[in-house]
Amino acid sequence: MGLLLELRDVDARYGQVQALRGVGLTVAEGEIVAILGANGAGKTTTLRAISGTVRRSGTLEFDGKSLARLGPESAARLGIAHVPEGRGTFVELSVWENLRLGAHVRRGRLDDDFRRVFEYFPWLEERRSQHAGTLSGGEQQMLALARAVMQRPRLLLLDEPSLGLAPLVVAEIFRIVRDLNEREGTAMLLVEQNARSSLAIAARAYVLEVGTVAFEGTSAELSSRDTIRQSYLGY
Amino acid sequence: MSTVFATQKGLRFLPASGWIVPAFVGAGCVFLLIGSLQSSLFAQQTISGLANGGIYASLAVALVLIYRATEVINFAQGAIATFTTYVAWQLMSWGLSYWLAFVCTLGIAFAGGFLIELIAIRPVERRGNQLTVVIASIGLLILVEGSIGWIWGSDLKFMPAPFPSHIYRVGGVAFSRQDIATIAISIAAVVVLRLLFQFTKLGLAMRAAAVRPDAARLVGIRVSWMLSLGWGLAAVLGAVAGLMTAASPASLLQPSMMDGILIYAFAAAVLGGLESAAGAVIGALAIGVTLNLLGSYVSWVTPQLLLPAAFVLMLVVLLVKPSGMFGRSRVSRV
Amino acid sequence: MRLSPAAILGIATSVVAAVVVGLLPFTLSDYHRSTGATVGVFFIAILALNIVTGYTGQISIGHGAFMAVGGYTTAILTHNHGWNDLATLPVAALIGFGAGVVVGLPALRFHGVYLALTTFAVALAVPQIAKNYPGFTGGTEGLALPTHTGIWLYYTAWIVAGIVFVLAWLLLRGRTGRAFRAVRDSEIAAASSGVSLSLYKTVAFGISAAFAAVAGSIYVLVNNFVNPDVFGLTLSLYILIGAVVGGLGSLWGVLVGAAFVELLPVGLTTAHISSSQSVPVIFGAVVIAVMALLPLGAANLLQTVLHFGSQTGQSSEVPLGTEGR
Repeated sequence: MGLLLELRDVDARYGQVQALRGVGLTVAEGEIVAILGANGAGKTTTLRAISGTVRRSGTLEFDGKSLARLGPESAARLGIAHVPEGRGTFVELSVWENLRLGAHVRRGRLDDDFRRVFEYFPWLEERRSQHAGTLSGGEQQMLALARAVMQRPRLLLLDEPSLGLAPLVVAEIFRIVRDLNEREGTAMLLVEQNARSSLAIAARAYVLEVGTVAFEGTSAELSSRDTIRQSYLGY
Repeated sequence: MSTVFATQKGLRFLPASGWIVPAFVGAGCVFLLIGSLQSSLFAQQTISGLANGGIYASLAVALVLIYRATEVINFAQGAIATFTTYVAWQLMSWGLSYWLAFVCTLGIAFAGGFLIELIAIRPVERRGNQLTVVIASIGLLILVEGSIGWIWGSDLKFMPAPFPSHIYRVGGVAFSRQDIATIAISIAAVVVLRLLFQFTKLGLAMRAAAVRPDAARLVGIRVSWMLSLGWGLAAVLGAVAGLMTAASPASLLQPSMMDGILIYAFAAAVLGGLESAAGAVIGALAIGVTLNLLGSYVSWVTPQLLLPAAFVLMLVVLLVKPSGMFGRSRVSRV
Repeated sequence: MRLSPAAILGIATSVVAAVVVGLLPFTLSDYHRSTGATVGVFFIAILALNIVTGYTGQISIGHGAFMAVGGYTTAILTHNHGWNDLATLPVAALIGFGAGVVVGLPALRFHGVYLALTTFAVALAVPQIAKNYPGFTGGTEGLALPTHTGIWLYYTAWIVAGIVFVLAWLLLRGRTGRAFRAVRDSEIAAASSGVSLSLYKTVAFGISAAFAAVAGSIYVLVNNFVNPDVFGLTLSLYILIGAVVGGLGSLWGVLVGAAFVELLPVGLTTAHISSSQSVPVIFGAVVIAVMALLPLGAANLLQTVLHFGSQTGQSSEVPLGTEGR
């Protein structure tokens, strides 16, 4: 299993404000890696740096190719699917259209992809003509995930999938995420405040603090060390 | 500050209007039908009003196309339409047949609109905001109208007619072939565009880029190219409007040919709610027919007052429904 | 009254500019003096537009209509009733104020692009209405007015411009100005701070229209005739272009904008850079280029290059409705 994604010494800025300072991380093929940390630590910014939606500098390599000069459209074409904060659902369009858009970068027939997606999310099939804006928060999150599945990405960037959702829904989403990883072999970079659920499915994790990596290690290590758990992960 | 659309359940074709507006439109149609059956003058004025409305509709949909994608009103839309009509004239004077010139002009219009967005608008959009793009479009208006005068001169030109004037008579009512053709071609243009947007992958990508450019980029859509495409398509619609205008005996080919029509197109687009192409079409047809009937039946409405009348109509609708007939009421999040 | 260094610099530069403007006519021919007077007219009109668009954030593409109100007032009073032309200016201002309030009140309901299109409609409708009542307005042929020398026109225009500038400056640095800027930057915040939105927005329209009316009156005197086409849509568009190119929300930008809009076309023909046919092509291209390179207008450039304070405050957020994407 080779390295799919490698970040070295990455800085990112919002205007004059520096959000990331010398961040480095790796994701191997088929691996689930979590990024944890408090609000404002730079977790979302890290994902944005990878998909090219924020100004960044440093080394970013995906499958051996440099992401440095590429924008989000090109990142998508390379096989990176970014499910952003707020889900990025096209609320003005129908469920089916949202799914179709997920497959924008793919060529050829999509019947298989739709079938797969409806296997993971059976309820989506009967709601295909529904206005996406009328879905509940949890349903929209699942739609966003489904959209990413349509893309058949090699790397899935998931930003706070549990945000604002009830615990049962969160559990369902994490179950589907793990399923996806096991059956499709999609690598995932998961940003979450809900550290416990993330460490349950991730192999490794990075803890960010004020724009830099404070700790990294396997999930087992991070959840077993009390000091880290209590100070950074909140439990 | 983000915006949330107050969603309403309505027909997908006519979004967010409830039942009031379709009821009014329906009542209007019934009125027109009854009037036409009663009086042949009424019928004739209705038909020619619809023909005018068809022209306004093409241009109005062009405006809506660009507005939906950029929230900018393209003041140069009429001038670009006039320019493409002059191109058609030029092709015809070089010997091409009318319909061949028509088709070539549509292609040239598409390329022209695409290039204009690329060269003149994109640099402005990169660093500016809506107001600067609007001003740029005003600059474009001045530039394009000036170019017409510079290249071809501002003397009136004669445009060969596509159809020899032929009058159809149905039950004592006279319709000109030109009017029928105008209605048919305008509606066809708008319908083709609608099909493109609704049923093709490219159309879906353009819609996605218009409503949520950031999310669209994340799925791999090249948003700036979608914008250029939109301008290209808008120019094609404008060309249709321009060619139909020049074909009618009442209009002469001159640089300011579409100025007045642009204004009616604005009114129609606003009436329709600025984001709804269907609304713009209905608004345009309504304006065309209403103004024609007003001009024929109300004696104190002189030709000079038609323009203000269109706007009084628009203002009345806006005062009752500030986001237009089919516009969505916008709720701003603080 | 303690003044900041920026304010002192601002006043000093105003004095210098005033001196230059005052002495300029002696170097110019009579024709160029009336061109200079026209620049003065645009100065007043663009300043007027700035009050509504730059300071309270309400887009208006209709100021030509307010100019028409003033212009026709002056024309009718002078032509039909034998008034002295300068005496008509205050009357024009008053009627303009009234017109502004009449437009401003319903305008409260509209925002952004709808307001722009509504004012656009007003700009179009007024000349058409003028054409329709020839008995009152002289119809399409218009009314003729007594002529004046270039020097008289120049000084009238610029003295009035100076008065209007000082009035605007006093208005905008005080409480009213702060209220205006609050309305522009965030209506919701302004309202919750107790600023009466309807009052200030309508007053802004009224004052703006009054100034524009005065500009219209002088314009009519410079041209010594009036007809509906004088105040057509083109005029409103040029005023808007001048305001944005100069820089919204900046009193200095107004001067740059006025000079740009009047002198560029004239200059191109005089310097034989282009024939009269190609002037609009070049002008249009320059406008687009300016928008691409200097989106916040010339005044913003001056501000950054010379660290020039426009003490009346310029917002980098140009208003076009409060809806974001």
